[in-house]
Amino acid sequence: MRAMDWKTSGRQVRKLAAIFCVTACIAAASDGSWLKNVPDAERSRVNPFAGDAEAIAAGSRVFGDHCAKCHGDDATGRRKKPSLRSSRVQGASDGELFWLLSNGSLKRGMPTWSKLPEPTRWQVIAYVKSLGTSWLMNEEPAPERVAQKSASAYETNVHPTR
Amino acid sequence: MTRSTRWTQKLWRWGTIAVIAIGGLAHAGRAAAQEPPYLVTYSDALEEPGNLEIAVKNLQAAPTGGNAFFSSTLELEYGVKAWWTTEVYLSGQSTSQQSTLFTGFRWENRFRPLLRQHRFNPVLYLEYENISDADRSILEVEGHDGIGDLLVPNAQARKTITRELETKLILSSDVRGWNISENFIATKNFNGDPWEFGYAFGVSRPLALKASSRECWLCRENFAAGAEIYGGLGDTHDFGLHATSHYAGPVVVFNMPKGPSITFSPSFGLNGNSVGVLYRFKVSYEVQQVVDYFRRGKS
Repeated sequence: MRAMDWKTSGRQVRKLAAIFCVTACIAAASDGSWLKNVPDAERSRVNPFAGDAEAIAAGSRVFGDHCAKCHGDDATGRRKKPSLRSSRVQGASDGELFWLLSNGSLKRGMPTWSKLPEPTRWQVIAYVKSLGTSWLMNEEPAPERVAQKSASAYETNVHPTR
Repeated sequence: MTRSTRWTQKLWRWGTIAVIAIGGLAHAGRAAAQEPPYLVTYSDALEEPGNLEIAVKNLQAAPTGGNAFFSSTLELEYGVKAWWTTEVYLSGQSTSQQSTLFTGFRWENRFRPLLRQHRFNPVLYLEYENISDADRSILEVEGHDGIGDLLVPNAQARKTITRELETKLILSSDVRGWNISENFIATKNFNGDPWEFGYAFGVSRPLALKASSRECWLCRENFAAGAEIYGGLGDTHDFGLHATSHYAGPVVVFNMPKGPSITFSPSFGLNGNSVGVLYRFKVSYEVQQVVDYFRRGKS
């Protein structure tokens, strides 16, 4: 094999650095507005494990292994990572949460979790939704106020443009 | 019993002890990675932002006409962004009746150009390599790589340092629990050698798709299995499947609950230019939100 030509190597390294920067800029420039545009077919999907106690327990385990470090053990959020007990999350449909979990929000730091099998992702959503019910009952006992607040927050935070 | 066989047995014994020790230590840690079990093929799974995966990737082989060797590569993989993972590799090897040496480093970056899931999810891979010809890690096969490269004595091979840019187009799909991944490799040596090409394909599936409600150790959800095939495709002057090496084999991973993942694969040589069997095993452990350990105050 030929000896290294250091001058040539320097130019090659600069080219390499330029390729890295261009690739990073292309990825960074991508817009995250698609988050608001969950396809209707996805939005209306129903969680096959909704309300299933065993699935909620399994989802809790998976949540503890993969989600708690960012969203907190009690899912109330940590640092800049959002609470999953918020009305924004609890007001979203199962299908919307499933879509978000599967696609992530890469620009905002939420990774895609499509590497988890689909039934496992539904189990996690069953668990997250189970948190919301207890939170609403503890914080807002009046059903009318709960419905009013949830609907309002849902419109404001999840679908502001609809 | 030959000296080479005794040496190999000793390596396996120490390797096993190391795996058990790491497993025991990491049992107090956080989580095993849930990635497809491939040891050569890349999928679209990136490291979660802020997470650090520490892995030791080992390979043992005894090429016909040469000395048995054991290669070990330390991987440090960090999720910079949800769409960008960077990784550093430090490699070394030990060859029976020759020497043990550090063979070089690699710096790899993977980018997801598309921000949502599709039928085929592309990932762009860019890597700078600075390794000697004594490297035995065989992290991929490209160009005309073959058994002949592994027969050069360490004392001679270590004198040649190769610096190159390696690119990969990674395509990955998830279908009904199955992961199917395809890698297309193109490598340019900075010495002016022609572009070299290679490929890797993998398919895998977790043994159970649903998580169980109770923590369990040897239950199916903690295992994934699959197969991968990889090899060279020659270079710009001589493109094709000939005059290079090809391997295929099963792969299995055990994700210990709140512990490391252990992956094992025997890769079988598919032509006369390949080593008979490459035994690969990897121990990986994911430290979640590693920057938290360096922050003060309440998290």
